[in-house]
Parts: sequence; structure tokens; C-alpha cells
Amino acid sequence: MYDIKALYEAESISHGISLLKEHPQAQIIAGGSDVLVQMREGKRAGAELISIYGLDELRGVKLEEDGTIRIGSLTSFSHITKDPVIQKYINVLGEAVDMVGGPQIRNIGTIGGNTCNGVTSADSASTLFAWDAVIEVTGPEGVRRLPIHEFYIKAGKVDLRSAELQTGILIPKESYEGYFGHYIKYAMRGAMDIATLGCSVNVKLSEDKRYLKDVRIAYGVAGPIPMRAVHAEAAAKGLEINSDTIEKVGDIVLEDVTPRDSWRASKAFREHIARVLCKRALKQSILLAGGVIHE
Amino acid sequence: MSEKQYKLVKCIINGKAQEAIVDVRASLTDMLRNDYRMTSVKKGCEVGECGACNVIIDGECYNSCIYLAVWADGKEIKTLEGLMGPNGELSDIQQAFIDEAAVQCGFCTPGVIMSAVEILDSGKIYKREELRKLLAGHLCRCTGYQNILNAVEKTMYQRLGKELPDYLESR
Repeated sequence: MYDIKALYEAESISHGISLLKEHPQAQIIAGGSDVLVQMREGKRAGAELISIYGLDELRGVKLEEDGTIRIGSLTSFSHITKDPVIQKYINVLGEAVDMVGGPQIRNIGTIGGNTCNGVTSADSASTLFAWDAVIEVTGPEGVRRLPIHEFYIKAGKVDLRSAELQTGILIPKESYEGYFGHYIKYAMRGAMDIATLGCSVNVKLSEDKRYLKDVRIAYGVAGPIPMRAVHAEAAAKGLEINSDTIEKVGDIVLEDVTPRDSWRASKAFREHIARVLCKRALKQSILLAGGVIHE
Repeated sequence: MSEKQYKLVKCIINGKAQEAIVDVRASLTDMLRNDYRMTSVKKGCEVGECGACNVIIDGECYNSCIYLAVWADGKEIKTLEGLMGPNGELSDIQQAFIDEAAVQCGFCTPGVIMSAVEILDSGKIYKREELRKLLAGHLCRCTGYQNILNAVEKTMYQRLGKELPDYLESR
């Protein structure tokens, strides 16, 4: 038995919002792989829960008319990995969420929950940052859309206001068209582990595939919330593709990342792998985009 | 604790329609063990790490310890008990676990076998490395996993009517 004071089950998005208004103290529960574990630890003991797990309208991936990829917030990690739209346009997201926990966790864990708990190590978050994802929240005032980097406020805190629910994650066409990406999770074990550092890169090459037209570099665990390496990205734009470029861009990320010492790894080690993972992910992204890296 | 809260949960368990009034605080593990005496569903870590409570819900594996019992309403659940034949026969994958000595204390076994059932029912052929990843959600502190992998891999080839690779023949 969980130490739950009361459980309210939402039957629709609007019902969920009215439940949130009626019970402002209540905690939203999606798949529960964070909330229930925290309750077991005693952190949320005695809480009221509003379950949105039954809202099937928030499940699934859709390609909208204008080319936007819409991921319902309750879509599980395993369904994202298996989804044909994801595989065709942003396969790296499917690969990234396939590194979360183990198979059973990937069946229950949702991408909405992964982003709403505001942790920097979420395997989905750095890749969503790299794709310039847009977060859709629905509340009493209607629907609000904001860039993912504005959604994250600080560690453990996201921009979900009173009685709001995250209802979708959107990847606009201009964010993914012509881009290719790669994610690397650095962890001690091959499964059931949390990233020591994660790096997700995507690139768009020039027509002749000799230059970097655009580069996006995103990190998890390189700071209190997921982040983009803006200095390195700016420096990379327009550079000719060769191994010197990759080295140079990878070294500039030190101007952007702000990792800390923790029991999982030291700041110095994280700074080291931030550079190495960026170089490897950048190289792989260039290869996926059809580029050739000259020595 | 304020007033207790209950909900009627109707579901199909191992092919049989069932219903029970369930305390909303219960996990699916609690419901399966206490209301239906499905004691193959083990209480291990109870935080979704060890896989001992793993069951199949609508065709996918879930750790029932971090799944609220009320969510099971309308779902189809399969536990290890559901693998038993009409006269108490073991299924092929259970027999393979015995033949390969993939069982020692047995505590993790029902959970691992349910993951194996999901893998085998897909009808796909997987490489050993892929099977490792698909079975990564289970902790076994006795057998060291090799025999478990052998049992699942051999059953996979047998179900598909394919010959065993050399490295499995000799084991």
C-alpha cells in the first residue's frame, strides 16, 4: 500500500484541470515511475494524487499538417522508440529514450513526466533541447506554448502554473528538416542507470556537404538543468568540415557547461567528457548527414 | 489517514474476467497477491528496479509494484500462473529454465519468465546482445544471467524452428 491520502482520476484534460483547481496541493501522477518511488521513500508520503494515466488522448505521436511532430505527453518511451514518425524524422529521440532505465521502466515512463520533473539527467531532455522542442501546457486559461529552454526554470522546477498540465511536446518542421542527430549517454552501467553526462548534437550541412550550416549541441547533467552550448554552436556555424573543426568546437563547450561535483562524478571528469562526447556526437551526426570528415 | 477510498476494478487476469473492490492505495502487486493469490508476483525492491513483480499488461511488461491497482481497470493481465497448461504442464520457457539451470533460489524467476514471454511472443529473432538489453530490467543474485540468457535464446530458436547457433549447442 502506498501512503496516498486521496486519489483523483482525471477522465479528460478539462476534468484534470478542474481537479487541479479543486485540489491545489495535489501531485500529478502520469506513469508513476518517479512519483510512486518518491512516495515509497517517504518524500511525498500522505500526498493527494491526481492521476492522468487514463487520458489516452495524450498518447501517441502525430505528424501534423504543417509538418510539426506532436508527441502526446503520456506517450511512453518504448512507444516513442517504436514510432514510425519518430524513426523517420528524429530517430535520435527514439534512441535517447531507449537508454532510460530498463524495458519495464520504458513501458511505464512517459516523456511528459520525464520533462515535468525538471531533472537535468532526463535522457529525453537534452535531445528535446537540441531539437528546439516546444512544450504545450493546458490550463484554466487555455493552451500555452513555450520553448523548452523557458519551460525549465531551475533544478526540479518547471514552468507549470496553477492548475496547468503538460499536454504535448512539439517539434516544428524547421527544427528537424535537413538535420541529423546523435545522442551519447555516459553512464557506469549499460542499463538501469542515470547519466553521468548526456550530450545530444544535431547538424545541418551545406548543399555540398562541406560546411556546417547549423549545429545544435545540448547537454544533460552539465548544469542544474539541461542546456545548450551556445558559444560552441555559434563558433561552429559555417566552418568547413574536418577533424580540426570537430576538435575546436568540442573544446569551446567548456565556455558553456557548468557541471558540479557529485558522488556520481567530479566536475573535472564531467568537463572532460563534455568535450569528448561533443566531439564524438558531432562526428557521428556529420556522418549521418552524409558528410565526410577529412583529417 | 482520512476516510478510506475504494474502487471497483474489473480486469482480465490470465484469460479470466475478474472484479474486486480495491483500496486505491494498493499497487498492482498488492492486488494480484492479496485479492487473487497470484503469489508468483514477488515483492522485491518495490521501487521498480529488480523486476521480481513483472507482469504483462495488454501485451507489455510492467513492474506491478509501481503500477497502481486502479489503473488495471479494463486491462488484460498475464502472470506466470497463466502459463500453466490444463493439466498442470509447464510451458516451453519454464521447462527451458529448468533444463538450463537458470533457476536457483527462484525469486526472480517468475518476473524474468514474463519478460521472456513478451520477447518470445513477438515472434522475432534477436541477437544475444539484444536479448541482454531486453532482459536488463531484472536482477538475479544467484545464476549470474548466463543460464537465463541461454534458456531464453534456445526457446526462441526452438519456437521459430531454427537450428541453434554453435555457441549454444555446446552449452
